[in-house]
Amino acid sequence: MTDAAWETLSNQAVAACGIVYFLALLAHLVEWSSLRRVPVEAGASASADAHAGGVAVATDGPGDAAVAARGRRTAMFGRLGLMLTGIACAAHFVALLGRGMAAEPNRVPWGNMYEFTLSGTFVVVLLYLVLNRRFGLVWMAPIVVGFVLALLMVAVLWLYDPVAPLTEALDSYWLVIHVVSAILATGAFTLGGICSAIYLAKERWPGPDTGPLARIPSLAVLDRISYRIHAFGFPVWTFAVLITGPIWAHQAWSSYWNWDPKEVWAFITWVVYAAYLHARSTAGWKGRNAALLALLGLATLWFNFIGINYFSSTSQHSYAAPAVVVERDAPAAVAR
Amino acid sequence: MSERPQGHVDSEERDAQRDARRPGELTLREMLRWTWRQLTSMRTALVLLLMLALAAIPGSVIPQSGVDSLKTSRWQDAHPDLTPVYEKLGLFSVYDSAWFSAIYILLMVSLVGCIVPRTFVYWRALRAAPPDAPRNLTRLPDHATYETDEPADAVVARAHEVLKARRYRVVSTDDAVSAERGHLREAGNLLFHLSVLVVLVGFALGGLFGYKGGVILVVGNGFSNNLTQYDDFVPGSLFKASDMEPFSFDVDSFDVEWLTSGPRKGMARSFNAHLTYRETPTSEDKSYDLKVNHPLTIGDTEVFLIGHGYAPVITIRDGNGDVAYSGPTIFLPTDQTFRSFGVVKAPDAEPAQIGLEGEFYPTYAFTKETGPFSVFGNALNPAISMLVYTGDLGMDDGTPQSVYALDKAKTNLLKNKDGSMFRVDLQPGKTVDLPNGLGSVSFDGVERWNKIQISQTPGKRIALAGVLLALLGLLGSLFIRPRRVWVRARQEGGATLVEVAALDRSGGGDVSVVITEIVAALKGVPQEEKS
Ligand code: HEM
Repeated sequence: MTDAAWETLSNQAVAACGIVYFLALLAHLVEWSSLRRVPVEAGASASADAHAGGVAVATDGPGDAAVAARGRRTAMFGRLGLMLTGIACAAHFVALLGRGMAAEPNRVPWGNMYEFTLSGTFVVVLLYLVLNRRFGLVWMAPIVVGFVLALLMVAVLWLYDPVAPLTEALDSYWLVIHVVSAILATGAFTLGGICSAIYLAKERWPGPDTGPLARIPSLAVLDRISYRIHAFGFPVWTFAVLITGPIWAHQAWSSYWNWDPKEVWAFITWVVYAAYLHARSTAGWKGRNAALLALLGLATLWFNFIGINYFSSTSQHSYAAPAVVVERDAPAAVAR
Repeated sequence: MSERPQGHVDSEERDAQRDARRPGELTLREMLRWTWRQLTSMRTALVLLLMLALAAIPGSVIPQSGVDSLKTSRWQDAHPDLTPVYEKLGLFSVYDSAWFSAIYILLMVSLVGCIVPRTFVYWRALRAAPPDAPRNLTRLPDHATYETDEPADAVVARAHEVLKARRYRVVSTDDAVSAERGHLREAGNLLFHLSVLVVLVGFALGGLFGYKGGVILVVGNGFSNNLTQYDDFVPGSLFKASDMEPFSFDVDSFDVEWLTSGPRKGMARSFNAHLTYRETPTSEDKSYDLKVNHPLTIGDTEVFLIGHGYAPVITIRDGNGDVAYSGPTIFLPTDQTFRSFGVVKAPDAEPAQIGLEGEFYPTYAFTKETGPFSVFGNALNPAISMLVYTGDLGMDDGTPQSVYALDKAKTNLLKNKDGSMFRVDLQPGKTVDLPNGLGSVSFDGVERWNKIQISQTPGKRIALAGVLLALLGLLGSLFIRPRRVWVRARQEGGATLVEVAALDRSGGGDVSVVITEIVAALKGVPQEEKS
């Protein structure tokens, strides 16, 4: 296959996965709206057996066949949504693969904002699908799928860049490990942040005991799931930012930590998430404040990705203005 | 749900202790103890962490002199009012400033004050037996009960085995079993916090004893590692010049590959500087291909290729026909097309000193709208275009001058007879005469330069070991789930009533699953292992 063909394939795969995500979103919305009519017990038990994993099964209401049938339909749409999400995720992967194969020489698909967004959203979906079995995350399906779909649209509409080779300094296997872990952590933190946001929303508006919203787990469960996801993301982020990042920076620019804006913000993110982990076991900070800290952490993370890339031309990591080849600092004025 | 790790005094408890007396009653000793407790409390650590995050922000917004001195001085020139204020606040070197240091030093003190006592507590807890079963297991948030026909002691014995098989530490009494596991979590946590200190030590060593310097070398020239050879040099505060390793090297040649098609057309890649180096003045020559991401390591020092550019060879003859200046002159690239800026100074020229200032274009092109520009970074059609200044270049009064800037205060711009600016627009091999019998300028050819960065970072292995240990500790701390399980069985009526309760001690686990599994195992129902 030629490079151009790979690139076309990638573009088509992005379009395809967008459509399938949309269908998945529809399926989940139908699922949720039909839940509206499921009585309390069914809705509640669906969320209570979070650990049983998999799709909510509306238990037989007290002798009511119609309710049971509706419950089955709900479950079916839930499964359909999950399956569609899986298919879309596969197409998403093909899109990434295509980007990588289209470059000459072949490379990892994160040379620019478009590719980074593509990879980041892929990780969010992948983690959601993987963790779904463990934590029973179907209740967040519409949010995750909707969120990913929105980001993909932003990527295609505003961030699109043709395939191009990486600049020399970016061509390092340490960088590959660095970015894979950074993207993985970003995906995890995003997913965890969604949980924390829902935690806060649920705390503010406890919501009805019936209908679709009743599917959202209790505050304690939300807090725990959010913690578990963050607890996965944090070591990965540590690995990305404090181990592989410095190793690579050392190879490329001679010092392993430069206080470059991107590094500063990665450090800030790290510190805020450390504070989050602390907060979860500090009296007076548990729950609400911890969730707020998680969102603060997420804000710093995204700011680093969006803000620094766009607004800071000093950053070596900037995609905004490709730095003059390898120069990071134009040779400073020399005193005679 | 969750319980504090052992030995950690919850701040609420502390508040209670504090409130027992009024402040007036505190002796100095108690004051100090109180302050220490406050400082080492979890809440203070949390606040300090947040302050650290906040304090790091200005350094990403305001240019930092330690990161990019050129940009910083430009910013300072552009903001004359703010600069003195910012300078006072240390905002141009946030990460060395007193207030930033104060925050992280407090954090470290708090850290030590926190982990030292916890280590002792942990040490004792390691050898303690799991605590006895609480009187009423059903009061615990996570518990289960069931009835069975088996005798109570058989259930207790089975519980002992079941929990043992799940790698719990188990203690049995007549009617109950206490079990505990996940001690390593606290060890991981302590290791993590300790490693943070190790990282800091490594980082500090680099900052204190290391150095980082840069030099621009015209290809073909050599360098030997001593202070006088550097263009810029940033030593740590405890650095000694005697720590520098006595190596030397020559840049024999330099290759670049230019992309001539595709979306990144014009971009350069595959930089390769061919070096010959000697570890000491007497050791044998070795060669090395210095590339981006492939530094040369000599002893503890590392040599990096971080930039390149053009050095046009320019010769100035003065009014007497004598050579007043000749040689490759380093021009600094200003954009990706390697349009470059440079100056040439000929202070010995007669009858007047001559200075040139202008640009070099590797692939020269011209339009009416844009003026001269470079279409491509490769030197396909090189040209220079410079203005000429005569008079006093200000080089005789002893003040240091940048080689990349011309002091034009006491000079005149050279003009043509018709009053327009006189320009030296040359292609290689060409010469132009200056008006008024001042002499001539020749553009003899183009050479290349490399920017080489040389650094010695002691402590980098300590820092690396520190983060690796920290990661290890973190994994233990986050993924080992410490929990306690109790099982009690007693005769109640005709049957045996079995109570099972579990307590998660990490605040992140869901022990209801654990209980379900244990109950299933006690009842003898086969179950897949899952936690
Ligand atoms: C450099 C500053 C610090 C950093 C980066 C840091 C980071 C962390 C992280 C990431 C955790 C999460 C691990 C886990 O959940 O088990 C943690 C836990 C903990 N930290 Fe720190 N910490 C710092 C300073 C301190 C200080 C000063 C104290 C003393 C008050 C402290 C006490 C604790 C305790 C008790 C835990 C365990 C919490 C739990 O059981 O979940 N830390 N720390």
